[in-house]
Amino acid sequence: MTKDIYPILIESLQVVTVLVASPLLVGWIRVLKCWSQGRSSAGVFQPFRDISKLFIKETVLAENASWIFRATPYIVFGATVMAGAIIPVISVDLPLSATADIIALVALFAIARFFLALAGMDIGTAFGGMGSSREMMVSSLAEPAMLMSIFTVSLVNSSTSLSQMALVLTSNPIVLRPSLAFALLAFVLIALAENGRIPVDNPATHLELTMIHEAMILEYSGRHLALLEWANMMKLFLFAAIGIACFFPWGIALKDNIGMLPAAFILLAFKLALIGVFIVVAETVLAKMRIFRVPEFLGSAFLFATLGMLSYFILE
Amino acid sequence: MNGKIQNLIRDITGKGAVSTDASVKGAIACEVEKTAFSQAARILKEAGFRLMAEWASDETFFGRGYAVYAAYNDGSDYLVIKSALPPGEPSFPTLTRHFQGAYRLERQIDSLFGLTPAGHPDLRPWIKHEDWPAEAYPLRKSFAASTAMPRVEREYKWAKASGEGVFEIPVGPVHAGIIEPGHFRFQAVGEDIINLETRLGYVHKGIEKRFESLSWDEAARLSGRVSGDSTVAHAVAFCMAAEEASGCVPTDRARYLRAVMIERERIANHLGDIGAICNDTAFAFLHYQFSILREKVLRTNLRIFGHRLMMDRVVLGGVSADITGEGVAAVLAELNEVSGEFERLVRIYEDSPSLEDRVFGTGVLTPEAANALGVVGFVARSSGQKLDARLQNPFPPYDRFVPRVPLLRSGDVHARAWVRIEEVRDSFRLVKEMLGELPGGPLASEWVRPLPEQSGFSVVEGWRGEIVYWVQCAPDRGINRCMVRDPSSMNWLALEQAVRGNIVPDFPLCNKSFNQSYSGHDL
Repeated sequence: MTKDIYPILIESLQVVTVLVASPLLVGWIRVLKCWSQGRSSAGVFQPFRDISKLFIKETVLAENASWIFRATPYIVFGATVMAGAIIPVISVDLPLSATADIIALVALFAIARFFLALAGMDIGTAFGGMGSSREMMVSSLAEPAMLMSIFTVSLVNSSTSLSQMALVLTSNPIVLRPSLAFALLAFVLIALAENGRIPVDNPATHLELTMIHEAMILEYSGRHLALLEWANMMKLFLFAAIGIACFFPWGIALKDNIGMLPAAFILLAFKLALIGVFIVVAETVLAKMRIFRVPEFLGSAFLFATLGMLSYFILE
Repeated sequence: MNGKIQNLIRDITGKGAVSTDASVKGAIACEVEKTAFSQAARILKEAGFRLMAEWASDETFFGRGYAVYAAYNDGSDYLVIKSALPPGEPSFPTLTRHFQGAYRLERQIDSLFGLTPAGHPDLRPWIKHEDWPAEAYPLRKSFAASTAMPRVEREYKWAKASGEGVFEIPVGPVHAGIIEPGHFRFQAVGEDIINLETRLGYVHKGIEKRFESLSWDEAARLSGRVSGDSTVAHAVAFCMAAEEASGCVPTDRARYLRAVMIERERIANHLGDIGAICNDTAFAFLHYQFSILREKVLRTNLRIFGHRLMMDRVVLGGVSADITGEGVAAVLAELNEVSGEFERLVRIYEDSPSLEDRVFGTGVLTPEAANALGVVGFVARSSGQKLDARLQNPFPPYDRFVPRVPLLRSGDVHARAWVRIEEVRDSFRLVKEMLGELPGGPLASEWVRPLPEQSGFSVVEGWRGEIVYWVQCAPDRGINRCMVRDPSSMNWLALEQAVRGNIVPDFPLCNKSFNQSYSGHDL
């Protein structure tokens, strides 16, 4: 009986973790950022306050908004939660993980982005259209590089299922693999671009003309905006989780081992905290690049991923 | 008056004898026939002069009609050309043929005075928006400031671009950040800007009209509110114009303190601006660090002068706030601390390649364009124009403590940031040196109102650049007309030129590097 219910419990626990921990991660990054700039911060719980404030607020819709504009927040949120259900965050024992592999995961993010870009253009303001076109430029370059980088990890672990990949990596002795090092480097660059972090996009800017992600959601308000903001925080969290699962899975709870969960949580928090430090250091020492440098940036990500794959065949 | 000016005046007036208008103080003035108004511009342009300002005045109370004025400058020569317009002939020849900078100044005269610049290529209203009745000319004496205006439905005609893939991006007037309102309309292809048209006037408050109903003391306070971030320089410029007109000479101590306050205003604003430029490249670290330095300077101002921005500390005849020996020591201690920290931050600016990648080569205003448009201030100095009123028209103590004026030719965002950095360094030095030799004596000399019809002209280098005032005394010894020319009036046009060919997401950065005043321009 317990054996049957255990995976479902893990799955539910995982979804709740993604929903709750993602605003915490963003809150942690903002706190670090404030410290690095010599400001006092609003605390790690500020994103929760922001989201709940937005849920209370009235939702204003443009007169010419179509169903796409209204449906997009739910589609984006839904797709992101779905992605959160298949990435192993605390345990590799995820029943839903078997339903979708890494390619399906990339496709889930693509669906969310597709609707977001449509919604950006739906209202017909200049900013939304600009944001959508820039987002498409970034994603058309980021997606192939992302697949390339993950495929390298798949080759090493002989699977495209994230749970399986994490499992293989943890159960084998630690070996330094040049292919994984290249893949990790590529993944970091892609994750920064996909999540609209500096140096690709500035999540904190108020300058409409420079925005990418923010420009697409400029016309959203109230609960719609709350869902989109939350989904965006989850996306950052999930990219961190993919990175951990692919490159640093040690400590994750294994199959049928509920006793490992507390340690898995602590280790996860520790890894995320480190990732937060890394993001803040990068965002402090780098300025945002000119938008036409982004293709070069993502081009080098693709190059690293390819090098990773090549070195797997040549060296390993 | 030197020989060169005498010859020029002979050429302009077409008379053998050199006749000047003695009622204008602070510059050499001469009156020409209306037809020779643009002729004078051509002669002066050929002689290397630049147009500083062009304005009109309603001289009904002197029993005349209107008059138009144009101020020119070359080196330390300041020349005002005046033409009386006979009643019933509300038009004058345009100067745009010779000076592009006259373009908006004349539209402004046309909108607010109803005096038509004949031959001007573009007479769309400026500052006075179209929802005002076309026949309402607020700066005419016949227009009562309390008149309630009906709202008229009319539309502004924008410049249009057409072609495959050309689209329009309207931005503003209300922006996402805490900045003043102004409308920017981009014509773009993809991310490339092919044209930018700005439309200002959203913060038109009728300041020039308001001056005319105020007493001289109140007017000095008003001038400190033309552009809040430049309150000291504006107040000094107004007071100097008024003092020129009346013959009142401020005390030595007052002049030193005015200069110290102008330099401290420059330091505070430049510190804020350099950080803001970094912030627009998402380099927030420097933004906050520079903000901290600016805050330190402002807090010292509050302690020493009783106001963070030193508003209302400049009064007619002198200043109203003194600095004690302890105050001097506090300022010097603060300068030491701030300047050390400043150098550390400048090194970070220099050592950040990702930041440099954004600021180099962005928003280039070529020296040729800068010269043609007649830009002033740090914008001019970063585009190879050696203009600084502290050198050209120094009031004591600037004659003794000569500013070292930086000059760059690249005209990009970096140049405009770097000129500010050099100016901050130099202002640290100037404040130290001036405070070291602060003369004693009273804070202000006695203010006497000017005689009727006397007018004063003044030029002061504020942190943005050259501020020009011309104030004319009315028959009742009040103010008949006060012309305000903020540096922004000359520099806004340059922004449109500088962003052409840049990409849309670089506009905020270019705009920040100019950081022009909306309030000072819209008046």
